[in-house]
Amino acid sequence: MAKITVLAATGNLMVAEALRQAEPDVVSAYPITPQTTIVEAYSKYVADGRVHTEYINVESEHSSMSAAIGASAAGARVATATSSQGLALMWEELHIAAGMRLPIVMANANRALSAPINIHGDHSDVMGARDTGWIIFIAETAQEAYDNTIISFRIAEHADVQLPVMTTLDGFITTHAMERCELLDDATVKAFVGQRTPINPLINGDKPVNHGMFASLGGAYFKVKHAERDANDASLPYIKEIGDEWAAVCERPFDFIDAYECEDADFIVVVLGSATGNVRTVARELRAAGIKVGVLRIRLYRPFPYAQVREALKNAKAIAIMDRADSFGSQYGPLGLDVRTALYDLPARIPTRNYIYGLGGADVKLAAIRQVFDELQELAAGSLDEGLNYLGTR
Amino acid sequence: MASIKELSKQPDLLVGGHRLCGGCGASIAARQVLLGARDVEVVAASATGCLEVSTSALPYSSWATSWIHNAFENAAATITGVEAAYKGLKAAGKIAQDKEIKFVAFAGDGATYDIGFQSLSGALERGHDFVYVCYDNGAYMNTGIQRSSATPHYAWATTSEVGKAIPGKPQKRKDLTSIVAAHHIPYAAQASIGNWKDLVEKAEKAFATPGPAFLNVLAPCPRGWRYDSSMTIEISRLAFKSKFWPLFEVADGVWTMREVKEKDVIPVADFLKLQGRFAHLFKPTPSPLLEQIQQEVDEYYAYIQRMCAAHS
Repeated sequence: MAKITVLAATGNLMVAEALRQAEPDVVSAYPITPQTTIVEAYSKYVADGRVHTEYINVESEHSSMSAAIGASAAGARVATATSSQGLALMWEELHIAAGMRLPIVMANANRALSAPINIHGDHSDVMGARDTGWIIFIAETAQEAYDNTIISFRIAEHADVQLPVMTTLDGFITTHAMERCELLDDATVKAFVGQRTPINPLINGDKPVNHGMFASLGGAYFKVKHAERDANDASLPYIKEIGDEWAAVCERPFDFIDAYECEDADFIVVVLGSATGNVRTVARELRAAGIKVGVLRIRLYRPFPYAQVREALKNAKAIAIMDRADSFGSQYGPLGLDVRTALYDLPARIPTRNYIYGLGGADVKLAAIRQVFDELQELAAGSLDEGLNYLGTR
Repeated sequence: MASIKELSKQPDLLVGGHRLCGGCGASIAARQVLLGARDVEVVAASATGCLEVSTSALPYSSWATSWIHNAFENAAATITGVEAAYKGLKAAGKIAQDKEIKFVAFAGDGATYDIGFQSLSGALERGHDFVYVCYDNGAYMNTGIQRSSATPHYAWATTSEVGKAIPGKPQKRKDLTSIVAAHHIPYAAQASIGNWKDLVEKAEKAFATPGPAFLNVLAPCPRGWRYDSSMTIEISRLAFKSKFWPLFEVADGVWTMREVKEKDVIPVADFLKLQGRFAHLFKPTPSPLLEQIQQEVDEYYAYIQRMCAAHS
């Protein structure tokens, strides 16, 4: 039986605690706002001798992911954390980590990307990593960031997955705000995450192995990438299985999506991360007023749970897709593109509006959410067009 | 140090069948350095470059040891990740306490002097127990002889072309070995594949030294330097005899140089004239720039001598 400690904690502290409990053999650390308090907390765990982890103070995020790749190839359990420009600096290494099929768990404090420079929360950074081959969670709360981080180790290290996992939480809103959180006891978490059983490690194996070989013309590259695509697609049932197993331990539900009142909803807002609370609050008001609205939050962003999203949205009359990042040059924001792809396979066409909101930590006030729901009713009635809209810039 | 007889019996960790050019200095450098590990297990890393692409083309490998390639600029960070894993797994009791492994990274001058410089500096500062080997052929040879900060003054390269307006690379080469020594790591040395005994001795010291060790190994490239592939070792020796490439080491702050014997010293022009990348300095008539190069070579040699005298 798990022992639970209730505490007031920030998202970053909960992520740090999850990392401590999973106790990686190697953590590479580089500071960047608003992630820094994760690696700071971990430094203290190391200094106090609470973990056996080899803690590497790298000189950049590029080296952070480079060292994590070396350590994971060597056979170690590996974790790191980053944000924004740091994640962008890692870009080539994100592809390499996934392409080499190396389990690595990385926390990301979702933050705006320059220019102009801005340290606050949005999804510009994580959306830039969406095609890198990483499994990506986006947490709504500090508690969920903790749960996602714990299951990330099991998913990444699963023999049939062997992919890096990003466990993300929204900059400042989730990383720094205090919430009521539940921390499970170390023994329970350690029993759940277990030990990594490396496949073909550089060290401690029974034969020399090569990692990161040269695959030029001749099809080897193509085959490896095909296998990577298959591994991503095939990871969904394992993610579900591991998530459900953790749900039974922590007694909090797990699913790829979090559908609030969607079953009979005419108007649904699709959203990611910390803004969901405000959307749900407005939805509750509207439900009380007799308007059938729902909220669909997506917890697992990659692989994108197309089937579940389609199922949750199939009966809606109009859908708003809230993007806290833009995809310049595309018709819609990143979530807009994914959700519309999911909807394409439905027999009936459901109109959508894509809202870009809260970039650089701009407030997402209840009035703006009410406007979104109001506009959905106009959209369904045919008095408003589809398309992409910046919410609250003018 | 081990005798040549003993070394000849040691198994090669980089074996034949790779696709490097005939006369390539890089594979010679790697094999000689790996001899220095003696019979201890080695894990190697390579930066992207000639050595990497030519030894690891799927599904074949020339590495008889565990090996990893990550990217161009991060051989140092990558191998220190492996080394950290070794320590972390030992701390977790997942590796036997008496298990000994040596860690070595191989990277060309582009991957070391230029794009991987930060990664190297960070790894040295952190004090990991590893050996970093730069095989210095003085340009980006893998992509086709583009200049790097290791390219010598006035050498031709495909991105520092020779023409009426510009006589080859306008800048002097970066003194990377001294910069590495300024990290005050336990061991840093400059060596050459033309002086195998000196190189293997230095490699042995580098592997035996706890903490970071650095070897900058001159490894001529027949394609890039424009000479016949049979001349690689001879050219390497002339680099030493002309004082172009001083063989020195910095061990725990003590600077020592293997001086060129007075009777062996040759003008730097005798080293340069065998290489097509300096042909423009000799045709149609010897360029006055040769005197400038001689002066710069003498100045650098004297600088190393002064460092040796001051830090003995």
